[in-house]
Amino acid sequence: MRPLIDVCIAGWGSYIPMYRIAVEEIAKVWGKSAKHFRDELLIDEKAVTGQDEDVSTIAVEAAKNALRRACISPKQLGAIFVGSESKPYAVKPTGTIVAEAINATPRLLAADLEFACKAGTESLQCCTGLVGSGMIEYGMAIGADTAQGAPADALEFSAGCGGTALLVGQKAKTKDPVATLEGSFSYVTDTPDFWRRPKKEYPSHAEAFTGEPAYFTHTISSTKMLFEELSLKPSDFKYAVLHQPNGKFPIRAAKYLGFKREQIDVGLLVPSIGNLYSGSSITGFSAVLDVAKPGDRIFLASFGSGAGSDAFSFTVNDGILAKRDLAPTVARYIKRKKNVDYAIYSKYRRKIVV
Amino acid sequence: MSVPRYWRNMPKRERLETQKCEKCGHVDFPPRGRCLKCGSESFVPYTLPDRGKLMSFTIVRSAPKGFEKMTPYVLGIVELSDGTTITVQITDVDPSEVTIGMPLEAVFRKICEDGDSGIIEYAIKFRPAL
Amino acid sequence: MRKVAILSYGMTKVDKHWRKSLRELYGAAAKKAMSSVSIPNIDALIVGNMCASDLSDQNNIGSLLADYLGITPSTAYRIEAACGSGGAAILGAYTAVASGMYDYVLTGGVEKLTDGVGGNTTYSLGKASDAEYELFYGSSFVSINALIMNRYMHMYKTSRETFADFAVLMHKNATKNPYAQLPFEISRETVLNSDMISDPISLYDCAPVGDGAAALIMCPLDVAKTITDSYVEVVGIAGATDTINISSRSDLLTLNSTVAAAKKAYAMANVSATDIDVAEIHDTFTITAALSVEDLGFCEKGRFGKMLSSGGLEAGGKVVINPSGGLKARGHPVGTTGAYQVAEIAMQLAGKADKMQVKNAEVGLAQNIGGSGSSTYVTILRRP
Repeated sequence: MRPLIDVCIAGWGSYIPMYRIAVEEIAKVWGKSAKHFRDELLIDEKAVTGQDEDVSTIAVEAAKNALRRACISPKQLGAIFVGSESKPYAVKPTGTIVAEAINATPRLLAADLEFACKAGTESLQCCTGLVGSGMIEYGMAIGADTAQGAPADALEFSAGCGGTALLVGQKAKTKDPVATLEGSFSYVTDTPDFWRRPKKEYPSHAEAFTGEPAYFTHTISSTKMLFEELSLKPSDFKYAVLHQPNGKFPIRAAKYLGFKREQIDVGLLVPSIGNLYSGSSITGFSAVLDVAKPGDRIFLASFGSGAGSDAFSFTVNDGILAKRDLAPTVARYIKRKKNVDYAIYSKYRRKIVV
Repeated sequence: MSVPRYWRNMPKRERLETQKCEKCGHVDFPPRGRCLKCGSESFVPYTLPDRGKLMSFTIVRSAPKGFEKMTPYVLGIVELSDGTTITVQITDVDPSEVTIGMPLEAVFRKICEDGDSGIIEYAIKFRPAL
Repeated sequence: MRKVAILSYGMTKVDKHWRKSLRELYGAAAKKAMSSVSIPNIDALIVGNMCASDLSDQNNIGSLLADYLGITPSTAYRIEAACGSGGAAILGAYTAVASGMYDYVLTGGVEKLTDGVGGNTTYSLGKASDAEYELFYGSSFVSINALIMNRYMHMYKTSRETFADFAVLMHKNATKNPYAQLPFEISRETVLNSDMISDPISLYDCAPVGDGAAALIMCPLDVAKTITDSYVEVVGIAGATDTINISSRSDLLTLNSTVAAAKKAYAMANVSATDIDVAEIHDTFTITAALSVEDLGFCEKGRFGKMLSSGGLEAGGKVVINPSGGLKARGHPVGTTGAYQVAEIAMQLAGKADKMQVKNAEVGLAQNIGGSGSSTYVTILRRP
């Protein structure tokens, strides 16, 4: 898929909460093997929201960072999309909370999207469409989550939190474009690998079924179809970022697709912060933008349960150099950390029911 | 808090918007009907800076209604880079590590929830500068 | 303007009066004041109260009490200025008499904090602050004052021990006050080891929660002289305000409203701070005592600790502070505390303070604060 008008990233920004809980802390409560999570799934610890944080607050800080880098007024935004599966209200858009907090209101479109872990890249597709058709000047795509894993479930070890905002503009009209979109491909089927019914606190999943029929089929399909459409191959890319429910899946998928380990390392964040769900692959992408050089080509493929994958190819422009230092990097947020024990984690994540 | 009361003050609490006296340049937060310093009624819109340092703080251990499960939390007076002083919560720091004079920056955070069916209230808090 | 006197007064003990309602409590105090003198009529009732609306579901207090006391159809209304309601009501009564409009005005106040339960009472008391820009952030009345205390300790290198010593003095004084809520001695360690409410304010830095009522009858000075020998003249009285939220104060560590009210009252009474023999000051928290003593002019800024440790606030010192035990130990039934203070000073100057009596007290001062310093009411009385 290619928009009629060339579209670029005008700014980018992320936010990761400062608290962490190590897999050992969770394992000792439930008598599980921390070694399994560290060595096999490659998760050391995950990010935990403070008591005063939720998807709105994460999205706002990521959005403000993206605005700082884009060097535009928030009033120039024509759309804000927030993709999440843990938005604070079931009915009331996070998009308007963010729009008001960053002073973008009232002349814009705002909406929340849900597609499990790929709602962030979907927001990017929507912004690309609106900007690329000339309907709006700039759009903000946000993927952010504070997803919960049920106590004692495998997902409790990996469900982290955080988010990224990508500010999209028309390349010709953007001062110092950061990266140009070459094309994207979306691949979706009705594959119920992971879901949450409305009145349930925690999601359910089909265990091993989330692997081959879900994550791998969709990620590999969207990637191969994008390569075919754009006549690209893995070696054309400097960096590749895949969705990271754990470390094992993206490494395996990357290998299968023909990417080398060094191509995916910069964007592989799950060992230190866990799975950011809708924020996962786009925060990996943000980490790559924090270090990429003009001329680099970046591959991004998300995966969302239910299921689907969006694949993108970007080439980095000169404008990235002027904009990089205008906001904190992903590495800065990862470095800012304080480990908590299971009691404090339970308090912050409101798992204490008396 | 009632919805209209919360909604009405969003620009002040979420974006630190206030006003500056056209006559003497004094800034009040929250804004007043007449300038506290010179009594003038002529103002221009003004947004407070998002950086400052901590002037005083307290660690709330016995909390008012709605904040009981958040203790201990830190309330502070921040002296912003333009000299204005405001009362806010201080976040992302262990209460035992808070010191008068520490440099801070503004962040958008949740203040509280009105039970599990009411609205969620947000505002600016300050955290140790990154 | 006529000169005004306090003709009589009545107080209840400050306590948790579970068995007495708002009207019964004020009624008890008012009847003491009314029965001790013979007057034709109560022309007006101007009464202070802060929390009845929240805790007792009762507005329209003036009419409620006028009804209960059988003084209808005289006019009656409530004055509310947070914990300065008592002092403000007395100022209202003073102006009513001084203006010539009313001769016998029943005033004072009543408070039933125990009608609320824990969280409700604290929440109601918090409403003295700025609801939108202080309460909204999860502040309580304690935490607002804790911000002031922490800054004071930082600026003037004053330790918690100093503040604890003031609480100890208050309790010592209260042992002589039959109306006090906490008439027992405590030690410095009791204060220092008590639970932190909002650092650095601990439980024993705070006034207790209690109920009470104090009533006073005010009338023209000339008339008072014909009725009783126990009258006391109001020689100076003033109210003043400051910003409601503490972060907008020009100086966090100065109660501008106390400075302003005291200045006016001193000028009106033609006295200065050095002429005051006895004072009932507003020590909601030990930090409030420090600022009050300094801002009333009894010592320089930052010198409260020195004044306290040298005995300057006790008999034989510079001025006897809170012989009643103050808010800390006599108690603080918020909306009526100011009335207790004025009644206690009147009692001192009339020579009727019994074990609490300050010898040779000629001029006395009551200082009542509303909120965290957003208002102050200063009343100066003189022995005839």
